[in-house]
Formats: sequence, structure tokens, C-alpha cells
Amino acid sequence: MWLIKLAWKNLWRNRSRTYITTSAVAFATVVSILARSLQAGIFDNLVNNIVSSYTGHIQVHLKGYNDEQVLDNSMKRSSRLEQDLRAIPGVVAVTARLESFSLVSSGEKTKGCMVIGIIPQKEKAITLFDKKISAGRYLADGSNEVLMGKELSERMASQVGDTVILIGQGYHGSTAAGKYRVGGVMKLGSPQLNSRLMVMTLPASQELFSADSMITSYIISLEEGADLNKTSSEVHHLAGPAYEVLTWEEIMPEIKQHIESDARNMSVIQWILYILVSFGIFSTLLIMMVERRFESGMLVAIGMSKPRLQLLVMLESMITVMMGSLAGMMISIPVVTYLSRNPIRLSGESAEAYQRFGFEPIFPTSTDPGIFLVQGSIVFVIGIVLSLYPVYVVAKLNPVNAMKK
Amino acid sequence: MNQTVIDAHNISKVYNPKTIPVYAVNNVHLHLVKGEFTALVGPSGSGKTTLLNLIGGLDRPDSGNIFINGTDITSLSSSQLVKFRLKNIGFVFQSYNLIPVLTARENAEFIMLLQGMTKSERDARIEQLFRQVGLEGLDKRRPSGLSGGQQQRVAVARALATKPQFILADEPTANLDSKSASNLLDVMYKLNQEENMTFIFSTHDQRVIERAKRVITLVDGRIVSDTAEVNVTEAHKADG
Ligand SMILES: Nc1ncnc2c1ncn2[C@@H]1O[C@H](COP(=O)(O)OP(=O)(O)O)[C@@H](O)[C@H]1O
Ligand SMILES: [Mg+2]
Repeated sequence: MWLIKLAWKNLWRNRSRTYITTSAVAFATVVSILARSLQAGIFDNLVNNIVSSYTGHIQVHLKGYNDEQVLDNSMKRSSRLEQDLRAIPGVVAVTARLESFSLVSSGEKTKGCMVIGIIPQKEKAITLFDKKISAGRYLADGSNEVLMGKELSERMASQVGDTVILIGQGYHGSTAAGKYRVGGVMKLGSPQLNSRLMVMTLPASQELFSADSMITSYIISLEEGADLNKTSSEVHHLAGPAYEVLTWEEIMPEIKQHIESDARNMSVIQWILYILVSFGIFSTLLIMMVERRFESGMLVAIGMSKPRLQLLVMLESMITVMMGSLAGMMISIPVVTYLSRNPIRLSGESAEAYQRFGFEPIFPTSTDPGIFLVQGSIVFVIGIVLSLYPVYVVAKLNPVNAMKK
Repeated sequence: MNQTVIDAHNISKVYNPKTIPVYAVNNVHLHLVKGEFTALVGPSGSGKTTLLNLIGGLDRPDSGNIFINGTDITSLSSSQLVKFRLKNIGFVFQSYNLIPVLTARENAEFIMLLQGMTKSERDARIEQLFRQVGLEGLDKRRPSGLSGGQQQRVAVARALATKPQFILADEPTANLDSKSASNLLDVMYKLNQEENMTFIFSTHDQRVIERAKRVITLVDGRIVSDTAEVNVTEAHKADG
């Protein structure tokens, strides 16, 4: 206890040095936390965007569907499999879709579109189609209406209440044709979906494509923090070799790449920061040990054992670093909270890249307490490792030489 | 009858043995008994510091043995030596003896904490020590608030705190004005008289030398005169 008191007093023998070291550590902690929480926030935000805009976290198809996305690669819907998938830990929702292409025409206009059949209530738990209705209403079970992307509806000049005709190819080469009332218009973030998507109930689509009880995908949504790859392999294990299981990262590799390169840039910045701070702390320790050389020699001479003196100098650096990283964590809390409520808006190239995929380029920070703890601890551990230097100096100390002028 | 405190046989310390050897301490015999008040004198570079470092267990001789109160300290390991010094030897150096962030009292208490003395033991001892070195009322000051002479007296109080076998002081008055030097000598002499504390100190201050009961003179690492020996030979002559 008295040793801790002495360490504390020693810290204040050179106030400005202690302040500078502590602030450097605090600054590094704040920047690391900010960088990490921004990175995590961007990631979470993107994932949520992606997952809720269309793909879900994980999709299960008949093997080969991803390479050749045609109705002939569809599968029979199994409510048993759906239930089993739902039971996997980390899975919050499972739904099924039938996805295909068709021509849509209304009056003089004809366009290609993507037709998907969904289970309206289950779909709500995964995508936010219901929240994106800009006119009309969302689908009800058993309804024979369709929802259209806003851009598609504008190009077709068809509004809620109008009738559209779908013509295409059905299952096993049959002809698909049907007449539908436009029940709602969805304003979708992704330009691709906004200009091409046409949504109807699963039974309606099965009837249109003569694909009774067939589906093309199960869409799985995970709870926050669930391990994507681990869950994906569990899904694969459960579904068996007849199926292919794809994560959103595999479905949209470009986005995954973009996130990864952003993450790499962030971590380079972070490493530079760690190195700078390490040098800062180290030079302080270096000066401190030179200044205290005579005194250390005197202490060992009068009978202070080296392990005790080592503990003393170690405590001094530990307390400094600890104060810095704690202060850094405290300062970060309001900063990160503020940025989580008032997210940073990206501009330039990065913003365009995200916009291309249909996401608003705003990035809230993540307020995950784990980030505070991990980053605070990394800086603290760096400090502890560096404080081995004074410990080493004391180990090598020869009191007679240390007290020579 | 008198109890031997320091008994050094044939001790030598050579610096740079492979290039230009310097015999800092050259085949010295030294015998000190309890209650002695001894000055180690000699020109600069004569080996006073080296000899004190050897008998204080801070440095090891290249040859010879040193017994402190019967323990051969040349056979102790470094960590055993630290413990030995803590228990048996009080040190006063020329300057910067004190920890600047601690008060006078805490500086003296420091060594008792190292020894693991209880609070009540420490309090009682501190009170006595500060009275003995004449620093009553100054115990709450930091070293920076004390004069050089007062700082040295705190160092003496600290050296005394654990009741060592002897106190070793390397030029304790070198940085003091003559009045402070004389005060410090008074304090040391009083402790020697009243407590029978053994002192050995190096100096080249003539006034300090005059206060010593025994004066050992070193030149080039050798003892060239020792007033105790003179007394012995004179006593011998008188006998014969
Ligand atoms: N570490 C050392 N390396 C080489 N020579 C040394 C060292 N320490 C002391 N000496 C030499 O040993 C001799 C005695 O030194 P010292 O004991 O300091 O003398 P004093 O204390 O009487 O002035 C001197 O010649 C000094 O130069
Ligand atoms: Mg000297």
C-alpha cells in the first residue's frame, strides 16, 4: 500500500510530463475507440441495410441455383426444414420466396422485371418492404395484388389501382401469364430493385409460374451479433448436400470487399497510432529512468530490494497508462454517443460506392461497450509491455555505478 | 572485550585489470569494534569511496574477506546483500540521500517500511530519531524545504532508524558549509556517545578529522597510517 502511495507521489514529481503522457495515452484511446466504433458502426449499418433491403443474412437454395437462377432450379418448400432452420441458435426469422423474371406490360408499355413471391407476414421480419410503401398498401395473405418498385411504376405509368399484365416463362417451359391489380408502390433504396422489382404473394407467384409448392430460396435473418459464418455452416449441415447455402457476403461480394478495404485502412491508421503512442510512452520512461538513476542506486544501496523497486517503477507507469486509458474511455463515451445519434455523412468516392448499392452513406458509430473495453485494454497492454523497460533497467542497476557522478 | 563490528582481511579492488590496472584498494586490513568513531582520510582518488563501498556490501572485493558482525559478506548473493545492508548497515551519502517526494519523516520511515515495522513501532522510533538529530518540528517538510545540513541529519536519522551495526558515511559534510558540517558532526558524535553507535566516515575536511577518535589515512589504496595502530604501538612501547 505504501508502495502504491510512493508511486503515486513519484508520478507528480514532474507534473507536466505526467500530464503529457497521460493525455497522449488518453488521446490514443479516444482515437482508437472512435476508429473502431465508426468502423463497427459502418459495418453494422451496411449489414442491416443489405440484409433488410433484400438478401437477408443467409439464403438456402437448391444446389446450382446461384450459378443459374432459373425456375428449373427451384425446390419444393418444406415447412419441416423451415422449422428446423428457425430452431438454429442465432436465427430470428426464416421465410421462403419464389424468384423469377417476366415481362410486365400496361397499355403500350412493356418492361422486363423481377417477380418475387413472398409470404407477407414472414417477409416483414426480414425485409422492410412493408415499411417502404409510398402509396397503397402492403400485401395481405391471399391477396392477388402486386407491389411495384417506385421507379418501375413510374416507367410503366401505372399507379395503385391500375392493372398490369405479366407474361413470361413458367416452370418446365410452361407459359406464365396473369393480370394483377397494383396494390402498392415501394420506394426502395437500391436503384436496381426500385426499377425492377415486382412483389406478390408466394401462392400467387406459384400459380403464375405453374410452380405449385415450389420456391427458389429460404431467406434467413440472424439476431444482432450472431456469427455469420458459423451459423451458415450450421445451416448447411442441417440442410444437407442437396442445397447450397450462401451468406450475404457471398451473394454480394463487392460490398464485402468494399467493407474490408475500409476496415484495412482504418486498422492501418490505428496501428500507426499505437506505434506513435508507444514511442511517446517509451521516451518518457527513458527520460524518467535516466533522471532517477542516482536515486534508484541510492534506494538499492540503503536496502530496497530490486523486485520492490521494480514493482515501484512498474506501478508508476501502470498508473499513468491506466489513468490515460480510463480518461480516454470516459471522453469517448459522449463523443461516440453523439456520433451515433448524429451520424457522420460520407461524401466523395466512398459515398458513391455505397449509394450505388442503394444505401444512404450515413454512418452512425457503434456504441458497443466491447469496443471501449477492447481498445482501452489494447492501449493499456501496450503501456504495461513498455513498463517492462524500467523493470529491466532496475534489474541491470549497479548501485555503485549509479551513484557515481 | 570490545565486540568486533568490521573485520576486513587482505581486501583488494582492482579496476581495469586487463589494461592499466588501478589498485583502488590494495591489500587492506581493517578492524573496527563497537562504538568507534573513525574517519577515513586521504587525497582524492586514494580509495576511500571504494573501501567504504566494500565494507558496506555495495561492491565486492577482488580478493580478501569482509566480516560484518561475524558474517562473511563476500559470500552473500546480491539479493542477500541487499537484505543484509537493510538490517545491518546505515548509509549516509554525500548528497541526494533523500527521496524528494517524501517528507523528512516519510524518508526516515521509508527504511522502516522496508523492514516491515508496524505503525506504532515506527511512530515511536521517528519521534526519538528526530529529537536525536535535532529536527523536532521539521518532520513534515520535504527535502527541498530543508537546508543541506538538515537534509544530511535526516539521512542520519534514516541510517539510524533500523538500529544498524554501524553507520557508514562517504564524505557526509563535503557539500556543507562549516557550521552545518560542525552541527552534523555534533549529532553524529552525540549518537556515538549516547547510543554507542559505531561510525565510519570519509572526509578530507581537517575540522572533521579533528573530531574523530580514530583516523585512518589511505594513499593509493593502502592504509599508510592508523591512529589506533599508533596508540597500540605506543601502548606497547610504554609496556616495554
Ligand atoms: N569504476 C571505476 N573504474 C575505474 N576506476 C575507478 C572506478 N572507480 C574508482 N576508480 C579509481 O579508483 C581509485 C579510487 O577511487 P575512489 O575510491 O573513488 O577514491 P576517493 O573516494 O578516495 O576519491 C581512483 O583512482 C579512481 O579513479
Ligand atoms: Mg570518494
